[in-house]
Amino acid sequence: MTLLLAAPDPNTVAARLNPVSKLTALAVVSVPLLISRDATTSGLLVGIELVALPMLGIGPRLLRQAWPLALGLGTLWAANFLASGSVTGLLPVSLRLLALGLPGLLLVASTDPTDLADALVQKWRAPARVAYGALAAFRLIPLLAAELLTLRRARRARGIGLGRTPVGWARTATGLLFALLVQALRRAVRLAAAMDARGFDATGPRTFARPSVLHPGDWAFVAATVLLVAAVVATSVLTGQWRFLLA
Amino acid sequence: MSGRRRPAAVTAQGWGWRHAGRRAWAVAGLDLAIEAGERVLLLGASGSGKSTLLAGLAGLLHGQDSGEAAGRLTIDGVAPSEARDRTGLLLQDPEAQLVMARAGDDVAFGPENHGVARPEIWRRVEEALAVVGFPYPRDRATAALSGGEKQRLALAGVLASRPGLLLLDEPTANLDPAAAAQVRAAVGDALAASGATLVLVEHRVAEWLPLIDRVVVLGEGTAVLADGPPGRVFAAAAAGSLRAAGVWPPDRIPVRRTARAPAGGRERLVARGLSATYRGAPVPAVRSAGLTLPAGTATAVVGPSGSGKSTLALMAAGLLRPGAGWVVATDQPDRPLHRRRPSSLARAVGTVFQNPEHQFITPTVRRELLLAPRRLGWPTERAQGRADELLDRLGLTTLAEANPFTLSGGQKRRLSVATALSVAAPVLVLDEPTFGQDARTWDELADLLAGVRDEGGALLIVSHDEAFVAAVADRTFVMTAGRLTSLQPEPEPSAAVVR
Repeated sequence: MTLLLAAPDPNTVAARLNPVSKLTALAVVSVPLLISRDATTSGLLVGIELVALPMLGIGPRLLRQAWPLALGLGTLWAANFLASGSVTGLLPVSLRLLALGLPGLLLVASTDPTDLADALVQKWRAPARVAYGALAAFRLIPLLAAELLTLRRARRARGIGLGRTPVGWARTATGLLFALLVQALRRAVRLAAAMDARGFDATGPRTFARPSVLHPGDWAFVAATVLLVAAVVATSVLTGQWRFLLA
Repeated sequence: MSGRRRPAAVTAQGWGWRHAGRRAWAVAGLDLAIEAGERVLLLGASGSGKSTLLAGLAGLLHGQDSGEAAGRLTIDGVAPSEARDRTGLLLQDPEAQLVMARAGDDVAFGPENHGVARPEIWRRVEEALAVVGFPYPRDRATAALSGGEKQRLALAGVLASRPGLLLLDEPTANLDPAAAAQVRAAVGDALAASGATLVLVEHRVAEWLPLIDRVVVLGEGTAVLADGPPGRVFAAAAAGSLRAAGVWPPDRIPVRRTARAPAGGRERLVARGLSATYRGAPVPAVRSAGLTLPAGTATAVVGPSGSGKSTLALMAAGLLRPGAGWVVATDQPDRPLHRRRPSSLARAVGTVFQNPEHQFITPTVRRELLLAPRRLGWPTERAQGRADELLDRLGLTTLAEANPFTLSGGQKRRLSVATALSVAAPVLVLDEPTFGQDARTWDELADLLAGVRDEGGALLIVSHDEAFVAAVADRTFVMTAGRLTSLQPEPEPSAAVVR
């Protein structure tokens, strides 16, 4: 199971990092990007990221798998373009989106969801019920696609097409989504019962079959991120390029 | 708490349960004692409260939100919700039981919840996977498993908590015969290894008999109709006294519904050279299959899960575009079925899906039956008349205003067949119609389909239920790895449909 389309390659440096160190690094990088609006700060960060990602094992092959993320970024960019109407004025905002998106990609493309849930519960004391519940729900998503196809076929078999007018189409699509929701809820209820029958709602202390460990490499990775981000901000402030977002 | 393997004893004293928001009690006044180590088969018609009893024993029924309890239900003297780590529950749907992405992690889920120490968890995971004969390493992706493999993995997940009471709710109802046999063997091995108490709910009795030493038959309102060793209970069933509870003796041979007319009437549907390959699949699901469905004839396609028979049914029903070859219904012999508009398709072919709920669209039973006739522009009177006729014939008249989703399993199945019959299409395609049905619905379905055939219907029944095929089908095809082979010579299509 993956957050994206293909399973993360467990042999890359990025995949061996603990998910919470990747989340921390993402938070560290996002701080200056959220409070500045100049192209220098974000440009420097993008430059560093473009060098760092391949070192961590996120190559062009992984980038190709990240198309949903690219699509999201592209949509944001297009919305900004439509709102402002100029390309040059978009340079800072584009760089900021890219500088945020690349470390996001690192997290998404290299993290196994099971590892993420383990790390959140064991390292950050996230409630197990939420983390593993979400994980179980995540596993059901591919089933929804198959279910939708069957529901569409069942409708066609009974003489119902997708509708020839926009109104008819909207009505059929709404009915279809409602039917899908009903099936999803029923399966979710059954899964929840099966999980509780295996003690998921037990009140006693829980143990962990897979220890989530922070290796020296994790500390080094977070420290390096903090140092590099601090260096970028210092450079940008000292050269007089820094622009505070609200200034 | 962990690591105990002692079998558990069960007592119910006047126990009852009413689900929140329901007027009727699902179980009422049940008195039952099960000794530690006993292996009990629980039988009864749908609606007799078997599944509710299992859920109660699994400790899932507690708290004011879920419903109201009466009397006492205990496991080794304590409430089931306090004895969670003593019970293990295996349900019907393999998809709704696996939690984790990797097989070993999934088995570890129960022991983690019960606070078992890590080295002990993995010892138990290995042991449980070995007991169920899981053929893959423990990092195998659960999504890549077949239905039968998923069910055995779910059983391993239950066994890893070392339950003293094993609760199985129709664990093989969704599986083909080969996969079901493997699950039964795994249950047998697990019982032999642990000596746990067993409570099993299952309609197909014969195959489970070697594992059972007591049969309890529940009737309306959870009254205990019969209780004793299998031999004695089934002797009574053979005498017919338990028929109302949907219990048939395990050696019962279903009545064969012979066709009134000899097979080979006018052809209604012709398929030639059908092939289909799913995206990303290395081999075709169906290769070059040919089929002719004559009027007044029930044609069956049998074969294991994954052999391509459901794909063939989808193409024959005009719901999947063939990769190669063609299917036509003879009312429009020049137009491939998959290219016809939905309303035109519904006029030619009715389809019954594996899961009846997939077919329900409207809020009442009656409106389900009026839907397709209205789409096809039938006059109101004719549509109403047809709906009344079907309601009467399928015993759904009193439920005409009920919501389809609130029906029992057997009623849902009958309604799904009725919707496919609602515009009296000459061809009826059914995919695993007996899937998860109890013995009574099974018999009703056999009678109903035989009746449709005898009125001139051309039926295609895709099923792994050999007994059902033997009872209803006039001709049988076997599907193996995408290849369809006939056990009888295939009639040549007439000149009108040769293309």
